[in-house]
Amino acid sequence: MNFHQKITALHLDVLKEIGNIGAAHAATALSDLLNKKIDMRVPKVEMVSFNDMMELVGGSENVVVGIFLRIEGDAEGSMFFVLPIEQANRFIRRLIHDETFDFANFPVSELGLSAMQEMGNILSGSYLSALSDFTGLKIYPTVPGLSVDMFGAIISIGLIELSHISDHVIVINTSILDDEFEDKESVRGHFFLLPDPDSFEAIFKALGVA
Amino acid sequence: MIGINEVVKVGIAQMDVAKQPNTIRTSGLGSCVGVVLYDEVKHIAGLVHIMLPDSSLGRMQELNVAKFADTGIKALIDLLKIEGVQTFRLKAKIAGGAQMFQFTSDKDTMRIGPRNVEAVKAELKKNGIPLVAEDTGGNSGRTIEFDPATAKLNIRTVNRGVSEI
Repeated sequence: MNFHQKITALHLDVLKEIGNIGAAHAATALSDLLNKKIDMRVPKVEMVSFNDMMELVGGSENVVVGIFLRIEGDAEGSMFFVLPIEQANRFIRRLIHDETFDFANFPVSELGLSAMQEMGNILSGSYLSALSDFTGLKIYPTVPGLSVDMFGAIISIGLIELSHISDHVIVINTSILDDEFEDKESVRGHFFLLPDPDSFEAIFKALGVA
Repeated sequence: MIGINEVVKVGIAQMDVAKQPNTIRTSGLGSCVGVVLYDEVKHIAGLVHIMLPDSSLGRMQELNVAKFADTGIKALIDLLKIEGVQTFRLKAKIAGGAQMFQFTSDKDTMRIGPRNVEAVKAELKKNGIPLVAEDTGGNSGRTIEFDPATAKLNIRTVNRGVSEI
């Protein structure tokens, strides 16, 4: 079985649309939450090796704030919301009205962590409910977990399911960014949706491109 | 292998070998386990970055041996043999196997860190390789670098600082 050989350009467009709709809803939710403008980039759907995956957010050692949840139900997979420290700090400072808050200061304050956790809940919830509405698939997200650590250590948990059958991953990657920042890769936040290999069929079927 | 103090970098589900004065390193270990096998006399070390406990879990046509604890350790031993290392002199140091996210799920995936560590230890035992030191478990990511000259494994974490085993 080699699931990614069967994926056509049309399939990739469908996955891109999922990333688009999901992240647009999440970006709107974030914008409401922070009461500020949030920009979103055109989604990318890529098939990358595990090691190239590490380079998507500045290398496996780059320290990031990561929200992770598993999706269960009609389609299964892993979802991540990853923010570079600098961007996460700005969001949380704004949310808790504390300019001294810093994810790089250990131990990180409980208030900041719980604000981040809540932001993760809201954003992943809006991403996934948009996905569910769009596809008609019943999906059940687990409660998101939060970790401030190396990107490689965080993202690898999302590669475990796939790694049973492949050394590559299809990643639906949408980046968002605070419009006050100069647009550079190092400050972009990312939504990563990594469907489990067995779930692509369910997604394509639901959207009539099986 | 020319040059002084080169760092040999090993990616996820990969392996490689380094000789003194070079060092060997892998970064961003979460639930994965970094296994170092070394020969203190010849100052040679091999490192494999393992993702999964058991190759029988694999459903692939082409097996990437470095991904699994059972096949990865065997393949690393073979690689070291090519470099002229004798298996009986090999010792091991390991690090990783963390649980990065704490939440309740009955999925086995969530316990993959501890399962990787168990599988690595079983495989070392099977091959008669003594485990000299380990830094495993917890919930921190690790970057590790081994120096074949001193047989020390340097472990860097984001929130627990740097240590050496």
